[in-house]
Amino acid sequence: MNGMSKIVRTMARLLYPFVLAFGAYIVMHGHLTPGGGFQGGAVIASGLAMMVVAFGRRSEKHVREGVLSVIEDFGALAFLGLAFLGIGTTFFYNLIANSGWLFGSSVSYGSNPGYLNTGGTLPYMNWAVGLKVLAGLGSIVVLMAFVFGEDEDEDTA
Amino acid sequence: MKILLDLPYISCALLIGFGVYAAIFKSNLIKIVIGLSLVERGVNLFLVSLGYREGARAPIFTYAPTENMVLPTPQALTLTSIVIGLATTALMLAFCIQVYRKHGTLESDRIARKLKEKSE
Amino acid sequence: MSIVEHSPALLVGIPLLAAFATPLISKASGKLRDIFVFLCLAFIFALAVVLISDVIQNGTRVYVMGGKLPSLTLPSGKTFPIRIILEPDAMSALMVLLTALIGLIGFLYSLQFIRAEGAPDKFYTLFMLLIAGMLGLEMTGDLFNFFVFFEITSIAACGLVGFRISEATSSVAAFRTMTIYTLSGLILLLGVGLLYGEYDALNIAYIASKLSFSGVDKLALALFIGALLMKIGSVPAHMWVPDAYGESPAPATIALVINTQAGLYGLLRVCFTLFGVSRAAHIGWLLAIIGTISILVGVLASIYQNDLKRLIAYTAVSQTGYMLMALGAGMAAKGELGFGRTALEGGVFHIFNDVISMGLVFLCAGMIYRATGIRDLNKLGGLAGKMRWIAVLFLIGGLAVAGLPPFNGFASKLMIYESVYKLNPIFSALALLCSIILLGVYVRLFYSIFLGSKLVEPQRIPKGMILASSLLALLIIGIGLLPGMVVKSLVSPAVGALMDKAGYIGKVIAGGM
Repeated sequence: MNGMSKIVRTMARLLYPFVLAFGAYIVMHGHLTPGGGFQGGAVIASGLAMMVVAFGRRSEKHVREGVLSVIEDFGALAFLGLAFLGIGTTFFYNLIANSGWLFGSSVSYGSNPGYLNTGGTLPYMNWAVGLKVLAGLGSIVVLMAFVFGEDEDEDTA
Repeated sequence: MKILLDLPYISCALLIGFGVYAAIFKSNLIKIVIGLSLVERGVNLFLVSLGYREGARAPIFTYAPTENMVLPTPQALTLTSIVIGLATTALMLAFCIQVYRKHGTLESDRIARKLKEKSE
Repeated sequence: MSIVEHSPALLVGIPLLAAFATPLISKASGKLRDIFVFLCLAFIFALAVVLISDVIQNGTRVYVMGGKLPSLTLPSGKTFPIRIILEPDAMSALMVLLTALIGLIGFLYSLQFIRAEGAPDKFYTLFMLLIAGMLGLEMTGDLFNFFVFFEITSIAACGLVGFRISEATSSVAAFRTMTIYTLSGLILLLGVGLLYGEYDALNIAYIASKLSFSGVDKLALALFIGALLMKIGSVPAHMWVPDAYGESPAPATIALVINTQAGLYGLLRVCFTLFGVSRAAHIGWLLAIIGTISILVGVLASIYQNDLKRLIAYTAVSQTGYMLMALGAGMAAKGELGFGRTALEGGVFHIFNDVISMGLVFLCAGMIYRATGIRDLNKLGGLAGKMRWIAVLFLIGGLAVAGLPPFNGFASKLMIYESVYKLNPIFSALALLCSIILLGVYVRLFYSIFLGSKLVEPQRIPKGMILASSLLALLIIGIGLLPGMVVKSLVSPAVGALMDKAGYIGKVIAGGM
């Protein structure tokens, strides 16, 4: 598939880091503001789709489907591993909340500006889901653009 | 039962009705996918509008709890449903691409005829 | 902490872990992946046995996901449950045992079957996802969780139906199956949304305790029954069954069979536990009529088929009709505990038998396809010379499906005939007639494939596939010789738990230590 004109390519290259940063912000702050794993992952994947559409065939060597598949598996395994972390009490138990580790401070109630350090296993799970979604959606975009839709078989009449 | 006659629910019913009509009575595969997508949007709209309370604000944790809040549970349900709808639409479109590669057409009656010819 | 206490959560978590770890491990080596998946499936089967023996002895087990204790359903000061609760009772545990058994046997069969088709790690990922979805669907006590697992099984099942990407017909069949599954899932979600809007809760036990049969509730019940009847493949929406069962590879087909039975389990759970059985006489009659029509349509349509797997798939539609008929008779019993309970026991026992005997027939069909590469019945013939053992297995499976005495189908069908006769003799007579026609269909199949003049030269079948099918045949003969023991120890507690709505509710509402 062909890319688009020089203006589109330049703007896509300029906007790409901002889209990635915005998606990462949505994933990161999922436990405080609307957002979370799926929404942020979908935004990052749409940034990926923007680059694939703007650059066409030339972006094929930058997004490899094997790398995306490994990221997807890693995200899913991280999510399940975090769920199994609290199996001493119950499945999906929030072991890190109100303890001293990263993201483990206690939550203050009432109207507050929102402290990033809270949430327990929630930010970790947000990142795991975000990785899985960005890899999954990115794989769908890459596969449908490059692998499908080319050389049809000879026996279609 | 009377509550189901408010405006959001009527528009949900219309969306679902159009979607089911498109999914059942159209023969082009892409139109069937669009019909199912319409049904899914209608059901999501229904779920979100279930949680509405008059004069309440968005259920964001950092604005807690000085005022009334809209119910947050239907929003979580709708999010899950959107993700599931995305996965099913992607799978159906992948099968559409494969059908087009093999048969060269997307009309379901012509595909049925080609399959019948191939099996004889 | 003990394994028994956490077994519901492990039964959902471990197949998911296996499904996502399989692609990573198969990058290392293929044999390691086979051993890993086998260990996971064996562990799941052991957990299923532990769960069912625990539930039959100690009653329904409750598991709160993410709570302070696995059985703390009502946290301090609250009067309604707020987390997702898994509640396996005896009926759930029976379905879990069946799912784990079919998973193990399907895996043993697929070791050599899939290797010839290419991409075995993708097959195992989809297969383990389907097993995980079914296990979750059968154990959950939360309506929206039921919908989520329903959709997981739909997506995984359709991925398996379209698995043979290089053939032209698989993608069309997968598209048609996906349309029906998606539509039924969305109708189910609409029903869940209606109940949530009415009662502001998603827990099955809590809604069951607060249910008042207003108009919205009746609408929700109609939507639930419609959605689940589409998934089961009963008469108005049965066209996806021959497509799906016919085009998927054989180990995936038996997983699809138990996927359909999981839909039947959902129907039982909704009708008996959520909405209660005493008000359901009309619905019982409707289900019995739909069941009888399914039996008729399935059997009559299977006479004209020329494709081996599509023919067997139509007979699977008719077997589902038997179960629907028994379920309808059980619901229409209206307080006469005599035949209602026998009908339900016959129906549940038939779920058990049907999965095993239909599974065996589909596995034999897979072996025939693997040996000859042909599915057209006109081109097959005279295979009994080289494939004696497979001919015996196919005969056992076919006669078990048709319901002949030393095999297990006879026991459950006898219970269904006797109890449905008391509802209305016409249903029973039609079912018996169709059973006889079914016997004719299977005898004709056996004759045209295995006897007669040899039309094609079969290749050798790997030992693993024959071993897996023989295990199923042993089970068929074992259950056929001792049906009373199976009914008394497994089926009767399941039906008892199904009709005990107050016990199911009490475990959650009275919650606590």
